[in-house]
Amino acid sequence: MAVLEAAALTKHFQARRGIFGGDRGVVRAVDGISFTIEPRRTLGVVGESGCGKTTTAKLVLGLEDPTGGTIRFEGRDLQGLDTAGRRHYRKSVQAVFQDPYASLNPRMRVHAIIAEPLVTNETLSAAEARSRVLHLLDLVGLPPRAADLFPHEFSGGQRQRIAIARALALSPKLIVLDEPVSALDVSIRAQILNLLRDLQAELGLSYVFIAHDLAAVAHMSHTIVVMYLGKIVESGDARTLTRSPKHPYTEALFSAALPSHPDERREEIILSGEVPSPLNPPSGCRFHPRCPHAMARCGEEEPMLADVEGRLVACHLYDTAERRAPIRIAAGVSPVS
Amino acid sequence: MSSSIPSSASYEPTGQGLPVRTGPLLEIENLSTHYVSSRGTRVVRAVDQVSLRINAGETLGIVGESGSGKSTLALTILRVLPPAARIVSGKMLFEGEDLLQKSDVEMQHVRGKRIAMILQDPMASLNPLFTIGDQVAEPIRVHEGTPRATAWRRARELLKAVRIPAPETRLTQYPHEMSGGMRQRIVGAIGISCEPRLLIADEPTTSLDLTIQAQYLNLLRELQRAHGLALIFITHNLGIVAKMCDQLAVMYAGRVVEAGPVSRIFNAPAHPYTEALLNSIPRVSDSTQRLTAIEGQPPDLAALPPGCAFAPRCVKVFDRCRVEAPPEFTPGGRRTARCWLASNSTPSDVLVQSGAA
Repeated sequence: MAVLEAAALTKHFQARRGIFGGDRGVVRAVDGISFTIEPRRTLGVVGESGCGKTTTAKLVLGLEDPTGGTIRFEGRDLQGLDTAGRRHYRKSVQAVFQDPYASLNPRMRVHAIIAEPLVTNETLSAAEARSRVLHLLDLVGLPPRAADLFPHEFSGGQRQRIAIARALALSPKLIVLDEPVSALDVSIRAQILNLLRDLQAELGLSYVFIAHDLAAVAHMSHTIVVMYLGKIVESGDARTLTRSPKHPYTEALFSAALPSHPDERREEIILSGEVPSPLNPPSGCRFHPRCPHAMARCGEEEPMLADVEGRLVACHLYDTAERRAPIRIAAGVSPVS
Repeated sequence: MSSSIPSSASYEPTGQGLPVRTGPLLEIENLSTHYVSSRGTRVVRAVDQVSLRINAGETLGIVGESGSGKSTLALTILRVLPPAARIVSGKMLFEGEDLLQKSDVEMQHVRGKRIAMILQDPMASLNPLFTIGDQVAEPIRVHEGTPRATAWRRARELLKAVRIPAPETRLTQYPHEMSGGMRQRIVGAIGISCEPRLLIADEPTTSLDLTIQAQYLNLLRELQRAHGLALIFITHNLGIVAKMCDQLAVMYAGRVVEAGPVSRIFNAPAHPYTEALLNSIPRVSDSTQRLTAIEGQPPDLAALPPGCAFAPRCVKVFDRCRVEAPPEFTPGGRRTARCWLASNSTPSDVLVQSGAA
């Protein structure tokens, strides 16, 4: 059974405009997205600022309530949960954030930081709490004496280990990793990514991995969803999707990823313009004003996610009715190998 | 100098066919910049015995982690260091003139005019109270004494050159009315406004989204070709180096541990730190492999270990590394490496060793 299933998940924010509160717009931060997180698997979420990644993370963490759609955790709808169920959910889903300088209280010792979720959720003796903390520190590769120190006595990588230990304290099923390595030094990132993969194998965790760094997402994820302005434009198996992206946005995004070697030459697709405001998204396909393959109908009709070569793509280029015709050539673009 | 910006198509790439004097544009020799605490008890060797050179039209990447001294090096080149910093030794020859011998007034004519800099955060480098037009025109008016109206016309051309749509409207707007990518392009326009010979970009794309980053890097490359600019890219991102740079200098704990042509270093790193760094990066193309992490932490610059600063984290360390800091060796092919392993082996030998490990 899937750990977490989101169906038609939607979050609209009311935007206030004008001094008299009239003329209100709606920010469609997340607009009807569906995804599934399997046990022991990582779902990578990719997209640029404003695409709704962080709102999605907040919805999964229960920090925001959806305005539409459902989240099912281990088969049960979150909306219908009672207090005890809600508490169980909060224990089972934890988070690690980007900046370990901001996410750890500078006035608390590491022991107290890691023990806090234990103390608030379980009745433990001081000795039990201590031994649990030492075990958690060991799991994330920190020495026992770290328990008595303050966060400022640690480097960025070590602080991120502390944040991971705290997330693990309640033996969660799912951890939301929101840019977990982007604030760290390059030589430290690999340590943390390796640690996260080891912990997943050892503890059977599921992850939601959100990052700007496509290579890191490709490295960590089993499944990837690509978001643009609150919608999923493509989703599928990580390897299939990264090797042969189908949606023009995914193509452009992966071609914009920096090469790992100077001899690596690839076709560059440079998108014109910037991501439009989610307050007033373009009609039809939200990507069409920047899309190099845009056709007339892209501005009128919103494409639905449909199966294309083993992954889901929301793009009119792959509409079955027109698939027989060489669409890409018709759109003025030569076929891509 | 003409005010119009020629299209990139009519120009030869990187440095060839441009009216340049022979010899490097900027040559840094044995430069050391230290931060000294107010009582003189703590000395942080932020930049230590650095030697580098960059030719006209060339792109040099300076890569390092936070605290490796790469930003201090940039500030030293422009001589805009904080009061606690001391340039202890060295020479910086820019177009044959030693920047360290110049008076403060003389340096003002270098900064912005002959050497310009782009910083990481465009919101912090633009003044929120002045219009874009005033800010782009300011260096032109200051350095060339151009009247306001003429400078604004130049500013309009510059905005066009950095691909800002509707430049006339944008000139009268304020920084908060633009997106991050647009602000960074405006900072770029200010950078090239006086047609400098050298542009230093300190992490210019860290705050930008991927597709915007790609746009911006391409723009910088076009501007470079059109103006025969030399570019110094300061970054922690080896991907940017792979995409943009001809030459690379890798800094660790204030020193340049390896320098040379980018493709040679990527193909056969001579320093174990460079090699470890290259192996620690995840790649889109192969996601199954476990990353080779560099164990340990970067050292405290105020309490460096004796010998090689990387020795405590190095997988190839041997006794000599812990007692004696390696000098700069030249393993051939316009390269330098501060590693004892480079003293008696060619870079290809080092590669074979690493392949076996």
